[in-house]
Amino acid sequence: MKIVVLVKEVPDTWGDRVLNLETGLADRAASEAVLDEIGERAIEVALSYADEHDDAEVVLLSMAPESAAATIRKGLAMGAASAVHIVDEALHGADLSLTSEVLAAALRKAGFDLVITGNQSTDGVAGVLPAMIAERLGIPQLTALTEVTIEAERVSGRRVTDVATMQVSAPLPALVSITEALPDARFPNFKGIMAAKKKPYETWSLADLEIDGERVDVPRSIMTAIAERPPRQAGVKIVDEGDAGQKLADFLRENRLA
Amino acid sequence: MTTFANDSILVLLDTTPDGQLAASSAALVGAASQVGTPVALVVGEGADGAGALGAAQVLHAAAGDGLTVPMVDAVAAAVELVQPEAILISNSIDGRDVAGRLAARLGLSVAVDAVDISRDDQGVVAHHSVYGGAYNVQSATTFGPLLATLRQGAVETRATAAEAQLIPLDVAATQAPAASIDSVEPVVVSSTRPELRSAARVVSGGRGLGSAESFALVESLADALGAAVGASRAAVDAGYVPHALQVGQTGVSVSPQLYIAVGISGAIQHRAGMQTAKTIVAINKDADAPIFDVADFGIVGDLFTVLPQLLEALDAKKG
Ligand SMILES: Cc1cc2nc3c(=O)[nH]c(=O)nc-3n(C[C@H](O)[C@H](O)[C@H](O)COP(=O)(O)OP(=O)(O)OC[C@H]3O[C@@H](n4cnc5c(N)ncnc54)[C@H](O)[C@@H]3O)c2cc1C
Ligand SMILES: Nc1ncnc2c1ncn2[C@@H]1O[C@H](COP(=O)(O)O)[C@@H](O)[C@H]1O
Repeated sequence: MKIVVLVKEVPDTWGDRVLNLETGLADRAASEAVLDEIGERAIEVALSYADEHDDAEVVLLSMAPESAAATIRKGLAMGAASAVHIVDEALHGADLSLTSEVLAAALRKAGFDLVITGNQSTDGVAGVLPAMIAERLGIPQLTALTEVTIEAERVSGRRVTDVATMQVSAPLPALVSITEALPDARFPNFKGIMAAKKKPYETWSLADLEIDGERVDVPRSIMTAIAERPPRQAGVKIVDEGDAGQKLADFLRENRLA
Repeated sequence: MTTFANDSILVLLDTTPDGQLAASSAALVGAASQVGTPVALVVGEGADGAGALGAAQVLHAAAGDGLTVPMVDAVAAAVELVQPEAILISNSIDGRDVAGRLAARLGLSVAVDAVDISRDDQGVVAHHSVYGGAYNVQSATTFGPLLATLRQGAVETRATAAEAQLIPLDVAATQAPAASIDSVEPVVVSSTRPELRSAARVVSGGRGLGSAESFALVESLADALGAAVGASRAAVDAGYVPHALQVGQTGVSVSPQLYIAVGISGAIQHRAGMQTAKTIVAINKDADAPIFDVADFGIVGDLFTVLPQLLEALDAKKG
């Protein structure tokens, strides 16, 4: 069973994230870069299956600038067997259509039985790539899973949407996206970190995937305006002296909020 | 043959397992009415409700078997028929899946999580609130219809009710493999409290509540104020409330008139989901909690003494 996990390097949500006001793109230099937490959980789902099944191979796939290699290697240190990293200048600022085209092509080239992704990345927060990739590959997608059961020929799980909780399943090959209801990822240990240095790490360009990243005959999403919102200012802060509940009631009433 | 206006905006309305239009529907039609003529699409039951929301033309198709794919088949058929200027879909879990597959199938670009839709001299544009409201961004597509998912609870415009013309839609099902839905349980929603995403007032509780039992204090305050209930991720992880109530980066984004954070430290990922609220109140016993940096009215104190007193004071005024 070949499980490919889609992971992404994102600006650390613990810091202030900055957009370049000219390009609208994330200012990568402004924040520390980390492996997206939801991607780590996706790796964990794959690894916990591999822990129990010797025939399982976990491969990481990421489309990211060259500098993301150190971040992607963390997934190898956790226990994934190999990584494929798509790097190409033409992908700078790629929209969702191009990103999904690239990832689908890479999945086709790498081969897979099961693809596992996060439900939403913390920087893009798009949450549409899993479905886009599944459509391009012509495979079923099971998104927003809060529980996943992987079997030799099939995958199933619990999917919680805004209106319903459902059980869904599909034969392999298939794609699943998981939510943060699934367990936190394991930490890489020293042995894992050392082993990661020797694991296969392939870098592919758009040419390797036979994709033209600069086509103008397909619609692209473009940013047309950007503005920074002034940060919020702190207001009054009182220390409770036994009457804070009363004072808050007064504040709410004065502001017609109660 | 039915004709459609040149400025038709196709809106896919989500439905609930019991055949009703989802709560997000009114805002979708409302947003469409800001920029053109709304044409609603309902897959499965519920089409009769769309006229009251302001869609004069309502396409309806039978629900097919399997996850997402039958919906995509229907929207693709509707796009072909209507030739809309924009396609609006709810930024719900189901909506995002449909939008994603549709974009890939029709070769469209997709604008996600729009908080508003407007028109400029080039066409229809989507507005986004990025990085927890730190930036306002507008996006468009280089050509072709704009496909966008609309954040639930973000658009307040409502269209005037219309006498709906119901139009059956012929859908040629594709052979695209879909996951099967083996069982469905509807989510039970509180009928008395407002919906979190669109509520004018929200009271959220965090790990500071200490237990699911104590979380009832947050619920009492919410009910006293006619507010929705929210929570931090730590409160959700601790099992005090379901994940659907999580506010923040990986939960719901809210922009209410009033947001009260009780026993919540105000980690950056939590603030990302609530810092665009008009007025923020925080109750926390740690004077250095980051939530105070964004609070208009902060109380450094024990929630177990402040909340009961507040409830009493609010009650006294009423009686
Ligand atoms: C990728 C990622 C995504 C995340 N997404 C989200 C998200 O969507 N939403 C979210 O909320 N978090 C999110 N988090 C988690 C976030 O970092 C915090 O861990 C979380 O918000 C903390 O919740 P909390 O404030 O309830 O708990 P804590 O940080 O433990 O704070 C509890 C607070 O309660 C106060 N307190 C305790 N007892 C009392 C008392 N008796 N009276 C008054 N105050 C009291 C304490 O002083 C403390 O400030 C995310 C983290 C990551 C890494
Ligand atoms: N550049 C990327 N490289 C690899 N996987 C990605 C990339 N962007 C998104 N993904 C995957 O798609 C999921 C959803 O991302 P998004 O649609 O951007 O919210 C993520 O959790 C990842 O698993």
